[in-house]
Amino acid sequence: MSGRARRLLVALTIVALAGASFAAEIPLAERRSGYELMSRETRAMQDDDTANPGMLGVLDGGALWARKTGATGRACADCHGEARATMKGVAARYPAYDGTLKRPVNLEQRINLCRTERQQAPALAYESRELLALTAYVARQSRGLPIDITVDARTQPFLDDGRAAFYRRQGQLNLACSQCHDDNWGRKLAGNVIPQAHPTGYPVYRLEWQSLGSLQRRLRNCLVGIRAEAYEYGAPELVDLELFLMWRARGMAIETPGVRP
Amino acid sequence: MANALINAPDRARRGEIIEIKTLISHQMETGYRRSQLGARIPRDIIRLFVCTYNGTEVFRAELHPAIAANPFFVFSTVATESGTLTFQWTGDNGFSATETATITVD
Repeated sequence: MSGRARRLLVALTIVALAGASFAAEIPLAERRSGYELMSRETRAMQDDDTANPGMLGVLDGGALWARKTGATGRACADCHGEARATMKGVAARYPAYDGTLKRPVNLEQRINLCRTERQQAPALAYESRELLALTAYVARQSRGLPIDITVDARTQPFLDDGRAAFYRRQGQLNLACSQCHDDNWGRKLAGNVIPQAHPTGYPVYRLEWQSLGSLQRRLRNCLVGIRAEAYEYGAPELVDLELFLMWRARGMAIETPGVRP
Repeated sequence: MANALINAPDRARRGEIIEIKTLISHQMETGYRRSQLGARIPRDIIRLFVCTYNGTEVFRAELHPAIAANPFFVFSTVATESGTLTFQWTGDNGFSATETATITVD
């Protein structure tokens, strides 16, 4: 083969590989919640509120919602009233833009902002039982409602950052989120079906964790899986990625509390 | 925060086989794990679950460290008479939780 022909072949190969790693996004009509890829037994567990262990967290959250706390001695319910009405659809809109911080905040961060600013109570630690319970209780009120993320001039840059993170190869395995969740969903990674990564059920009760966990816990798991250094809980990079994932799942129904294998 | 969810029918016909589901919040710490500093995390599990129907024991289960967190039991019994189903979980560190459900048998 002449040098020129070889160079051409190399160039073509690079073009072909680049094309493969930038496979198209999943068309809206072909999106599937992780629920649909689960076993019949795990689906039954999620569907039955008396078998779904995530409901234990929702129950705890309901108690915390009504408990007075902080220097102001106010409960969530004192301002927000009946969560069933006032929190309906809220989780479907998060992460949402916060005017003071000038960036999107997720539901956990919103709850903690409410605690520190309105209740004057200490912020709850990420992944603490209390914060997961309150988040699950609030998100439960949106079950069945479509994810409805607002994209405007203020949130667009953060959405773009999240999108860039989703398609960026990273870690020692040099993998992008999209290579599993866009290009190979439905196939198996070890024994597990690769889902499309739509965050419809968070906080989820994950059987592997034997507890509720947040989307950020899941994202950090994935980052460790590709041998990248995981961002700290609450890191802006994780919130931007959450924002992109929720936008990517726009219109899909909230399932909180979801059960996942 | 010990929470339990009970799913038992409110009404049943006499002689009918009824299904009862219980879910309780418990971490079920095995006692075999170690903390990041290497110290053993002491065992903290539910040891026993008993269901009585108007005072008569209808279901009993012994639990062991290999049972996952938030134990979920599904069992059945025969609806004999109207009355109360009592569910009791007991375990390590003085853990005890009791729930009841009433059933009307026609």
